[in-house]
Formats: sequence, C-alpha cells, structure tokens
Amino acid sequence: MNATSQPTLAVSVRDVVRHFGRFAALRGITADFAPGKLYVLLGENGAGKSTLLRIIAGLLAPTRGSVRVLGASNIREVATRFGYMGHAPLLYDEMSAMENLEYFAALYGICSRERCAEAIRTVGLDPALERRVGQYSQGMRQRISLARAIVHSPELLFLDEPFSNVDLRSARQMTTLLAGMRDRGRTIFVVTHQAALMEPVADECVVLDAGRLVAREKGIPARLLTPYPAQERAPVPADAEARR
Amino acid sequence: MKPLFNILIVCTALLVGYGFCQAMFIAPTEATMGDVQRIFYYHLPSAWVAFLLFFVNFLASCWYLIRRGKGADALALAAAEVGVVYCSIVLITGPIWARPIWGIWWTWDARLTSTLVLWLIYVSYLVLRHYAIGGQVPVLAAALGIFGFVDVPIVYMAIRWFRTQHPQPVIAGGEGSGLDHRMWVAVLWNLLAFSMLALVYVIVRYRQALEVQEIEEAHAHAALDLEEAQ
Amino acid sequence: MTPAPGVWTITRRSLAKDLRLEWRSKDAINSMLFFALLVVVIFSFGFDPTAEESRRIAGGLLWVAILFATVVALNQTWTRELRNQVLDAYRLSPAPPQALFLAKSLGNFLFVAILEVLMVPLFVVFYNLRSVGPVWQLLVVAVLATWALVVNGTFFAALSIRTRSREIMLPLILFPISIPALLAMVDATTSILTGESSPVFWIRLLTVYDLVFTTVCLILFEPVLNAE
Repeated sequence: MNATSQPTLAVSVRDVVRHFGRFAALRGITADFAPGKLYVLLGENGAGKSTLLRIIAGLLAPTRGSVRVLGASNIREVATRFGYMGHAPLLYDEMSAMENLEYFAALYGICSRERCAEAIRTVGLDPALERRVGQYSQGMRQRISLARAIVHSPELLFLDEPFSNVDLRSARQMTTLLAGMRDRGRTIFVVTHQAALMEPVADECVVLDAGRLVAREKGIPARLLTPYPAQERAPVPADAEARR
Repeated sequence: MKPLFNILIVCTALLVGYGFCQAMFIAPTEATMGDVQRIFYYHLPSAWVAFLLFFVNFLASCWYLIRRGKGADALALAAAEVGVVYCSIVLITGPIWARPIWGIWWTWDARLTSTLVLWLIYVSYLVLRHYAIGGQVPVLAAALGIFGFVDVPIVYMAIRWFRTQHPQPVIAGGEGSGLDHRMWVAVLWNLLAFSMLALVYVIVRYRQALEVQEIEEAHAHAALDLEEAQ
Repeated sequence: MTPAPGVWTITRRSLAKDLRLEWRSKDAINSMLFFALLVVVIFSFGFDPTAEESRRIAGGLLWVAILFATVVALNQTWTRELRNQVLDAYRLSPAPPQALFLAKSLGNFLFVAILEVLMVPLFVVFYNLRSVGPVWQLLVVAVLATWALVVNGTFFAALSIRTRSREIMLPLILFPISIPALLAMVDATTSILTGESSPVFWIRLLTVYDLVFTTVCLILFEPVLNAE
C-alpha cells in the first residue's frame, strides 16, 4: 500500500488478541477504518468493545497483534492528534470546568484560555461556571469530559460509553455535536449500548461478540436497534395474577 | 538438554561432596576459634553466590525492560528466589558462628549487616511479585530489581563507613585478615560447589517459571480455540 | 500543531495544580500534621533521656518519626489521579511522564518539609536539644535526606498502585532500599548535634544516593506508569 497514493487509514487493527489471565477478551480482531466517518461499536457487555478501544488508544497493550493509528505504529507519536473519553470522567472533582480544561490543555501544549472556554461552550456549558466538577450532574460531567477530549482539536476521537447515565437532552446534544465534527472531517469511534441514539448519525456499525468481530454494516440496521431482546419483559408478580 | 543437565547434577553433587571434605577435614583447624570456624566455608561462599545471583537478577530485569522477553522475567524470578535462600544461609550461619565465639547472636559486623539489608531488599522484591496484580507484574518487579541492585554498592559503602565509626567485633575472614593458604583453597572449592549448586537450582526454577507461563498461555489458547470450534 | 510541551512547563503546571487541589481540600495536610504531632509525643513518652543522651539518640528518633509521617504522606500521592482514572488522561497526552513524576516528587517534598518544620521544633523542645555543630549543616542534611525519602517513595507509591494491600506495600518496598539513606541521615544528624565527628562522608553519600536514584526513577517511571 503506497502511503502517498491514497489517504492513510485512520485506524488499522491486525489480529489483535488480548488475554486477561485465562480470559480471552479479544480473539483476533482485524479491521481497517477509513478517516472522516463515525463508527459505532456495538455488542453485549463483555464483548470486548471497551478493551478494543483502549488498545487502539494505546492505554492497553495487545497480547498479540498490532494497531496503527494515523499511520503510526506507536501512538505516542500522534498523541496530539487524537482524543479519548473514557468510562470514568478523567477529571479532577475539586476543580472547576475551566481549571480542569486549562490543565489538561497544557498537557497538549495549549496555553490559550479562549480555546478552553470555546471547548466548554461547544459542549453546551458555561465556561464562567465556578462550581467544582464533582458537584456536576452526570450529564454535565460527561459533557465536560468530552470538552477535555476535544480541547486540542483532535482529528480522531475515541468515546467509551459517552451517554451512560446521561439525560436524553444532553445525549442528543452530544450526538449532534459529534455528527457536526464528523461532517468537518473528524474520525469518531463511539462505544455505546444506546444504538438508537446513534442511528441517525452513524456511518458504520461494528458489532463485537465474545471478542470477535461478527458484523460490520452501513449505518445501524434495525435488528441492532433494540438494546434488549424482546422476551425480557418484567416478570408479572404472582399476587398481581391472583388479583385479576 | 536432559543428558547435559544430568551431567551437571552429577558434577555438582561431586563438587559439593569434595567441598565438604575440604571444609571439614582437609582445611586446618583455626588457631583461636577451633572447629566452629569451619562454618566459615559455608558462610562466605554463600554470601558471594547470593551477590552473584542478585547481579543476574539485575541483568535479567534490565533485559526484560528492554526486550520484554518471558525468559528474562523467569530468570529474574529464579535468580531472586535462589539468591534469597543463599542470603538466608549467610544470615543463619553468621549467628551460629558468632554465638560460641563471642557469646552474642548478632554482632552488626559489616558483611552480616549488608547481607541483612540485601536479604530485606530481595524479600521485598518477592513480596511485590506476589502481591502485584494484572499482567504487568514483570514490569513492576523488573523496576524494583533494578532499584535493589543499584542500592547494593551504596549499602556496602554506608555500612562499611558506619562500622569504621562505630567498631564492633568482626566475624573474621574475607577482608584480607590473613587466612591460611589451605583455608583459601577450601573457600574456593566451596565457592565453586555452591555456584554450581545455585546454577542447578536456578535452571530448575527457571524452567518451572517458563512452564507456568506456557500453561497459562495454553489455557488462553484453549479458550480461543473453543470458540472457533463452536 | 503545537509542539510537544516541555518537561519543566508540565512539571510547573502539575505542581501548581496539586498545590491548588491540596489547598482546597486540605485532605492530607491536616491529618498528616496531626499524625506528625502524635508521633513526636509518643516517641517522647517512649524515650525519656537526659540532655546528654538525648543528643545521641535524637537524630535517630527524629528521622524515624519523619519516616513514618512521610509514609502516610506518600500513600496519598496518587489517590486523586486514581479517583477518576485521571492517570489515563495523562498517559494519553504527549506530556512527558517524567514531568508528572517530578511534579509529584516536588509536591511530596514540600509536604514533608512542612511536616519537618512542625516536628523539629517540637523535638528540640521535648528533648531540650542544642546543637554543638553548625545548624546550616543540619539544613543541608535535612534537604538531602528528605529528597532521598521522597523521590523513591513517590516512585514506589506508583508501583504499589497496581498491587493488593496498597498501603502496606509502599513501606514494605521503600524501607529496605532506604536503609543506607536512613543510616546516613541519622548518623549525620547525630554527628552534627554531638559535634563528635564529621558528617561530610554522610553528606556525600546522601548526595550520591539522591543523584543515582533520581536518575533511576526518571528513567523507569514511564514503563511503570504505563504498566496496565
């Protein structure tokens, strides 16, 4: 593959295997991801989605296999060009939003307060808010976490369960934001259980099951939209039956 | 490999036997301390072998951090464990020797004290290996192994100076305190015998550590294959 | 594209952030100050010497007391970073890990220095200490000794993050390696207080210890930080 004749792949995964002791979390994942798209990683709990994302982002080393991000085999070389939002907020509870952003932006060599304020405004919050992040609602905290991930204007973004415990309004705002970023040429990976939320904006979905890549399709097909299988309705209590 | 190893074991057994003869019968009886002094032929070689093994641990730890090879980690573990055993021998034979001669169990002599610190450092290394969780135990252990060995010369310098400031009875020998030529011969034979014995132990422990890793990998592969078959 | 940030910039900013966070929560410093006071008082009950004896043993007692208070301080070095997995954010960024380590070590150094400023006068009062040797030498020993404890302690605190029984693991691996430094700081202090011998060798030893282990810590911090 000649690097100059076609655009570099955003992410390239080759035969990635990851064991935790005797448990095989990923059983040989191979996939290429073109830039400029919004990919949604779907799958049951324990399918390996978060593990795969952490490996791609360089937080976890694969037991076997390799990953190339933005053409580099060592992701540290392109650290300024990607952002990551994890399960946990990756923020200091005792500082305000601006203070958090200013610190984490400094880690990327960014000293501009205006950029930090801009990132906070982009996720729909007020930069002047003095309240400590630890006192935020979950929706606000997830949004600030996203602001932290995008403050250095990365071209590649990894989001792990960005909508967990987030109210619908915040979630929809974030989705619109992500779609806007994708439209401006960013590549975005989202791990989520809430396929329905991503359906309007997803370019491709990638389905993992028990550590294997089982499906890869355009958009999100209808059969993947219901988060829970149809037969799992709440059991009717015995005395309610008797009362009828 | 097996026949070579068997030859090694036989040679080692013979050497240990000969070393015993040297120590117990051939070497002359020491003038002031009598036959109790013969424990010296186990005390000093054990100290040197322990030091050598900790050096091997240091090299294996460095190699592991550079290349992340499983063999390096297994060797580091084996060398540390056998080294701690030899260190323990030094710490046990020291008091056994000191008690009849000076009437006290522990004399805070420079070598004994340094060996005690060495023992503490490498026992803490083994404790870390036991208590660390996750797949990166070898990295953490390698880091501590390097710290430990880098500390060794500083330990020796510090304790030596401390002893010159605050002198105590010295457990004789090794510092050029005028050993008879035949005693040196006995020391060297036992040094060779103990080194070979340490080599045998390290090889056995190294192979065992590698096998444990291989078993874990086999389990993990089996988990992969099971899914394939379904 | 902004260039990767320099080590000193990140160190400065991380240290400023830690100091600000500590000032706001006052978590660690309050409890440690009280702990330090308790240690000094209990030692005074345990050892009740005359003025002449006290000069001989005060060096040892003081540094052992400081060592225990330091361990309490060191154990909380990384707790804030672990709370919301903030360490991940650091690992993902282009910032050099050595900067994070230096910032934490300097922060711990300041912490322990504050503890010493409390404990030393108390010791002087309880033991009626008066130094025969020059006090500036005691200051040199204090700076070198504190750095010796703190630099390795910060590193081993990072090691013990990934172990069970985290709080006991730190002193367990720190104490053996610190023994030569401990010997040096105790004997140097004693020789200055009593004026009976020269502390120069010990000061040199502490300097060598500090240089060697600061270098080793800086080199080995990256693999330890990324060990997951």
